[in-house]
This record gives sequence, structure tokens and C-alpha cells, in this order.
Amino acid sequence: MAFMKRNVNGARRHPMAAILVIAAGLAVSGGGYAAATAAVETTKPVNAALSQAQVDEGHKLFLANCASCHGRNGEGTQNAPSLIGVGAAAAEFQVDSGRMPAQASGPQIMKKTSQFTGEQIDAIAAYVGSLGPGPAIPTDAQLAANGNATRGGELFRINCAMCHNAVGAGGALTQGKFAPALTGVPADHIYEAMLTGPQNMPVFNDANLTPTDKKDIITYLTYVQDHPSAGGYELGNLGPVVEGLFVWIFALGFIIALTIWLGAKSN
Amino acid sequence: MSDSKSIASGKGSQEPEHDYATGLAVIAADKVVDPGMEPHRVRMTDKSVKHEKAAARQVAALFLVSVLGSIFAIYAYFAFPLTDDLGTVRDNTLFMGLGIVLGLFGIGIGAVHWAKTLMPDAEVSEERHQTRGSEAVRARAIEIIKLADSESGFSRRKLIRRSLYGALALFPIPAIFFFGDLGPNPKDTLRHTMWKAGTRLTKDPTGLPIKASDVTLGSVFHVIPEGLAELPHHKLEEKAKAAVLLVRLDPADLKESPERKNWSYDGIVAYSKICTHVGCPVALYEQRTHHLLCPCHQSTFDVTDECKVIFGPASRPLPQLPIAVDSEGYLIAQSDFTEPVGPSFWER
Repeated sequence: MAFMKRNVNGARRHPMAAILVIAAGLAVSGGGYAAATAAVETTKPVNAALSQAQVDEGHKLFLANCASCHGRNGEGTQNAPSLIGVGAAAAEFQVDSGRMPAQASGPQIMKKTSQFTGEQIDAIAAYVGSLGPGPAIPTDAQLAANGNATRGGELFRINCAMCHNAVGAGGALTQGKFAPALTGVPADHIYEAMLTGPQNMPVFNDANLTPTDKKDIITYLTYVQDHPSAGGYELGNLGPVVEGLFVWIFALGFIIALTIWLGAKSN
Repeated sequence: MSDSKSIASGKGSQEPEHDYATGLAVIAADKVVDPGMEPHRVRMTDKSVKHEKAAARQVAALFLVSVLGSIFAIYAYFAFPLTDDLGTVRDNTLFMGLGIVLGLFGIGIGAVHWAKTLMPDAEVSEERHQTRGSEAVRARAIEIIKLADSESGFSRRKLIRRSLYGALALFPIPAIFFFGDLGPNPKDTLRHTMWKAGTRLTKDPTGLPIKASDVTLGSVFHVIPEGLAELPHHKLEEKAKAAVLLVRLDPADLKESPERKNWSYDGIVAYSKICTHVGCPVALYEQRTHHLLCPCHQSTFDVTDECKVIFGPASRPLPQLPIAVDSEGYLIAQSDFTEPVGPSFWER
């Protein structure tokens, strides 16, 4: 199967998966359940049984790229945590989103273009998953945005919105840390982030947010991305600070300019 | 005596600070000299016919902008129709609004430009009147008051005057009772929440109970008391007081005072979600620093250290809910909060 690398815009690395995302988006806006089912069926089975060859390949890649910080067997060192039991989901999230291998230390490890092919990421994830029981990579059926967007919105506002903003525009935390914007983030990354709690994000395990809850949240995020805000231009959806700044600079500036013109004598 | 005289005479000999001669208005003695009118500047539109015609065209153009704006508003109404999709409201209101704004703005700006460039530009100055009335007007006013008094007999008829005073004094008294009923006295409701010994901790919004084993390390649960959804009324008020954040930490990270040792369960701690500053929901939890942030004013609480304030305007730690586990493994409250939740109020 031909793979292509993830591009800077955050598009999926698998051509087939890109079709899934487009198809799922169309299905939600069109409201056709049948279309969504078809989209799920056309995708490759991501969660196929992990073969020993894949695990071995993953171990090789791990030794070359990860072991200097995480230890030769993923046991962790002073520089990085143990990976035993973090699960394949955590490894796929970190490596596929480009956060790992980390480019530089800092308040927060930043997202960047992944340096591995899809096959290599699958292999690394398989190896890390084999280290100990942990969250598995979600299936395409779990990721399809065909849940209940209303319920997803409620769950998102209760569990996620305080950091990620009510429509997933992201927000600031302390000392340079931040909750990233969720626009354009692929569904598998959102699901895996909830499951594994990367960096300072808390863990939302399946007892807290069930797979149905997670599907609904993904459906909600897909919906708000596909539908423009009814209230006017969003200005980045960042709320009163941005809106206030806009009004102070442009609206008040305009009023002041108009007042000066009104009071000036004609030449 | 001679001292006081000299002071008095000394004062009298000084320049008066203010000049009251012209009336009650205080006029500083060292007032700035009136610079008078600026020299009149002849406008270009008065000097050249070319400029005058240009200005006239500009005014007409601005009125034309108004015409186009109004037509565009009507066009926009049809071009950006409202459909079942809520998103269509945006373009409909935006473009119709822009058209209407241009329609009104063109008229206004055109009128001002017209007045500034083409209407007569003679400059006029008007003196302010004195505040004090003339002697004749003042005398006449006193005359009218006296006449009214004698005709009504207000000074003469003591009975009427005093009964009127009584009526006026009593008139505002009912307001005390009226306003006294505004908003029921909250009594001690601010000191108590729904939590009782044995109340199960349940998930917001589903109301499903939480097993201690479900709360894995690094997890955050947004918690409401069991039975909140079944309340007949005041659901939101109760939720606003009882909302709790449930977090599991490595027990080795927890710094607990001796009297709170049994308030947590195997590293699971529950704290009120209501900020002690002005009551926003404190829910931004950083899993690795164990800091809990309030989104409104960035108060930061340290979950490892009984939610003490480490930054921001909050002045008190978040109240902790003592928790335990029942025979089925579900998390329950040991009691209500031991202190009032949320911001300060009177008598607290």
C-alpha cells in the first residue's frame, strides 16, 4: 500500500483515510447515515492484529529514534517517562502528530510534521503497545463523525471547553503551556488524546467518557468546523479579548476620526 | 487684640481671591484674557467656482452612495436568504446591515460635507449670560412666593400644614416593607450544599455513579451529587453549589494535613469546582503540575497541597469534599463540605 507523509496542514498520511475524513464531513452536513457507513467500510482496518514482524521493526525504529531518552526497552530515564503500559494509542498520537521525537525541551512539546511514514508509525505504535497493556489505537468505526453532535457539545463543554474553548479554538494555560486548537486535528488524534492524556492534558478513560461519548465529541467538533458561526465573523473564536481589541482599535478609531472630521473647518 | 486687628487689616489689604461682583459664578481674578475670534479664513469653495462645483458633486456622490447602499440592502435580503441552516443568518444580517449603514451614513456625511463646504461660513460668537438674575426679577420672584403663601394660607393654617407634613413623612414608609420582600433572605443556604454522608459521586451530566477503580491516575471527573437530576426545583442553584472536580494523584504527591488524612481515597481527592474568588468553575487541570486554574482571573490552586492558592486573586483554598468508598466500590461523600463553597459573602 502506498503511503504519503503527513503534510504541514495536518492532513492525514493515508490517502484512504483522507477520503474517510472528507466522506465523514459530507455525511454529517448531508445528514445521510448510509453515506457515513459507506465511508467507514471503505477504510482500511487500522487495528489489524499486530504481527511480530511489525513489533520487531518498531523496536528497531525505537532504538534509533526514541531509546536515548525513553531507555532501550522503553523503561524511561531521567529525561523521559517510562512507556510501559502507555499503549499503542499514546505512541501513535505522539509520533503521528510530530510531537515525538521532541525537537527541543520547553514548557510544551510542540506539534510538527511527523518524520516517519505511516508504516513506521504503525510499527513504533505496535512495539510500544507490546511493552505492556495500555489503550489501543481506536478503530475507524469509533472515529466516524456520525454520533450525536448535541450530546457531544454538552460533554465537550463540561469536560474540555474550559481549556480548549467552547468551539475548540484552544486557550492558554500557565507558564507558556497551552491547550492547542482542535481545528483540523484528525479524529484519531482527538480520540487518542482523550484516552491517554498527553502532556498536561488529563486522562479521559473509557469509564469517564465512554467510546460513545468520545464519538459524540468528535462529531461535535466536526460539526462546528463545518458550520460557520451564526453570530458573525469569529475573529479566531477567542472571545472577549479579541473582540474587545477589535472594537477598541477599529470601531473607536473610526469614531474618533469621524469626530475630528466633523469639528474641522473646511479648507 | 492688636494682633487680631493686624491680621484682619492684613487680610483686607490683600487682593481678593475671587471676584463675586458679577454674580454667584466664581470667576478667577487672574482669568485668561479672551483671545477673541480667529481671523476668518476664506474657503476654497468661496474662492473658485471649480472647487465649488467639485464640492457640490462630492455631496451628490455621497447621497448617491446612500442610494446604492439602500438598494444593496434590498438586494442582500434576496441574495443571502435565510434558510434552515442557522449559519445563513450571518451573511443575511451582515450584508443587509452594511447596506442600511451605507444608506444612512451617505446621507449624514453628505449633509455635513454640504454644510461645511457650501453653506455660509460666517463665524458668530455668543457671550454667556450671568447666572444671577437681575434685581427686578429677584424681587418679583419673592413677591410671587409671598403672594402664593398668603393666598394658600400655608403659613397661617397650622392644621393643614402639619397634617401635610405628617402625610409626606409617612408616604415612603410602605417602601421599606415593599423592598424588604425583594429576594428571599438566603438564610443558611449559602453554607450548605446537596452533599450528605453517603451521597454517591456521579458524572456530569449523565448522573452515573463513579467507581474508585474507574478513576485512573491523571484522570479528571466532573462530578455532581447523586439525585441532582431528580430534584423537583432549584436544580441549577444546587448544581452551582455542589459541582465537584475529582482527580487521582499518586498518593506520594499528596500533602495532607493530619485532620484530612481520611478525606481522600487512595490518591483520589474531590474539591469544589466553584472558585473562592467570584465563583467561576475552576476546571483547567494540568495533569503533570497538578495545578488547577480558574479561567476567569487565572487563580491557580495546588491540588497536591489541599488546593491552596498559589497565584491569582482568590484568597481561600478550594473547599475539599471528604470522600470514601461504599460496599459496592462506588465513591461516596463522607459529609457535606466543611466550609461554605464559593466566593466570600456577608458574615463570612
